[in-house]
Amino acid sequence: MTATRKWKLFRENLWSQNPVFVQVLGICSTLAVTNVVKNTLVMCLGLIFTTTLSNLALSLIRNWIPPRVRMMVEVLVIACMVIVVDIFLKAFYPDISRQLGPYVGLIITNCIVMGHTEAVALSSPPLPSLVDGFSAGVGYSYVLLLIACCRELLGTGSVWGVHVLGPHWVNWSIMVMAPGGFFVLAVFVWIVKGWFMRPAQKAQA
Amino acid sequence: MQELGFFTILFSAVFTNNILLTNYLGMCSFLAVSREVKASLGLGTAVFFVTAATTALNWAVYYHILVPLNLVYLRFIVFIVVIAAFVQLVEMIIERVSEALYQALGIFLPLITVNCAILGACLFMVIRDYSFGQACAYGAGAGLGWALAILAMAGIRQRLAQRSRIPRGLEGPGIALIIAGTMALAFMGFNGMVSLN
Repeated sequence: MTATRKWKLFRENLWSQNPVFVQVLGICSTLAVTNVVKNTLVMCLGLIFTTTLSNLALSLIRNWIPPRVRMMVEVLVIACMVIVVDIFLKAFYPDISRQLGPYVGLIITNCIVMGHTEAVALSSPPLPSLVDGFSAGVGYSYVLLLIACCRELLGTGSVWGVHVLGPHWVNWSIMVMAPGGFFVLAVFVWIVKGWFMRPAQKAQA
Repeated sequence: MQELGFFTILFSAVFTNNILLTNYLGMCSFLAVSREVKASLGLGTAVFFVTAATTALNWAVYYHILVPLNLVYLRFIVFIVVIAAFVQLVEMIIERVSEALYQALGIFLPLITVNCAILGACLFMVIRDYSFGQACAYGAGAGLGWALAILAMAGIRQRLAQRSRIPRGLEGPGIALIIAGTMALAFMGFNGMVSLN
C-alpha cells in the first residue's frame, strides 16, 4: 500500500467513514463519560491506544489465527490492551480511574475496536493496520471531545473545569445527565448528515 | 450498600438505573436492531437471559477464583471469556433442544458476546460490592431493563416509520437517539423512588 492510499484511509476514518456520524457505532462505553471533558480525553486516549495496538498485534499474527476462533482471539488481544490501560490509570491517575469506574473495562466491547480488527487487521499488513487503527481512534475521539465540550459548557458553564460563561449563566443540568448525551449526539448526527454530507449523497445518486 | 434488598435492586436496575438509558451500555445493537418489535423481542430475551446468568456466574468466578488467587487485574479477560463461553454453550444447547427457539434467538446470540450491557453489568456488580443474591438481582434487573428499553424503542420506531415525516438528516440513528433521549427523560421520573447510589 502506497503512502497516498494510507493517507486516504486516514482521511476516510476521520470524516467520510467516521464511525460515529455515519453508523453511530461504538458510542457505548464512551458516551457515558462525556459530561466531563477531562474524563473524556482520558477515555479517548485509552481507546486510541487500544485500537492502534490491537490492530497492529492482530495484523502481525493474522496468518496463525484459525478462522473459527478469530472472534475469541480478537477479544483476548483487545482485553490485554485494555488491562494495560486500566493498570496504567490505576497507578498514575487513581482519581480519574475511580471516576471512570467500569467504563475503562468496557472499551473491550466497544464496537469500533472490534470492527476495525475484524475488517482491517485480519486482512492487511501491519503498517496499514496501524494507520487504520490510529485514525479510527482519532476520528472517534474528536467527535466525543466535541460532544463533551458541548455538554460540560452547557451543563456546568465551564470547560476543563474552568468557568467561562460568566456569573449570569444558568446551568442546563439536563446536559450532564443521561438524556443530554443522547440529545447532543442526535443534534451532531443531524448537522453532519443533513448539512455536510448532502453533496456527497447527491453525487452518489 | 449491603442493606439493599433483592427487590430494591431489581426494581432500581430496571427503572431508575436502567443500564441502557442512564449508562449508555449496549447502544450498538440497540440502535441497529430496534426497527422491528419481533426482532427486538428476540434480542431482548436473549440479553436478559445471558445477563442474568453470566452475572451470577462471574460473581462466583470473581470471589471464589480470582480474589483468592490474587488475580483481580485479570477480571476483564476472565469475564469476557466466561460470557463468550456461556453464549456458545447456550447456542449449542438450544440448537439441540428446540429448533423453534433456535430460529428465534439463534441469530442474536453471536451479537451478544460483544454487547456492552452484559460486561457492564458484571463490572458494576464487582465495583458495587454486591453479595451473591444482590448480584443475581442486579443481573436480572439490568437484563430486564435493557429488554424493556429496546422493546419500547422498537414499538415507537415502528409507529414512526408508518406515519411521520422525519427530516432527512435525522433518518435512522438520529431519530433513534432523540427517542432514546426522550425515553431517558421519562425514566428519570422514577428517580425519586429508589436509588442505587
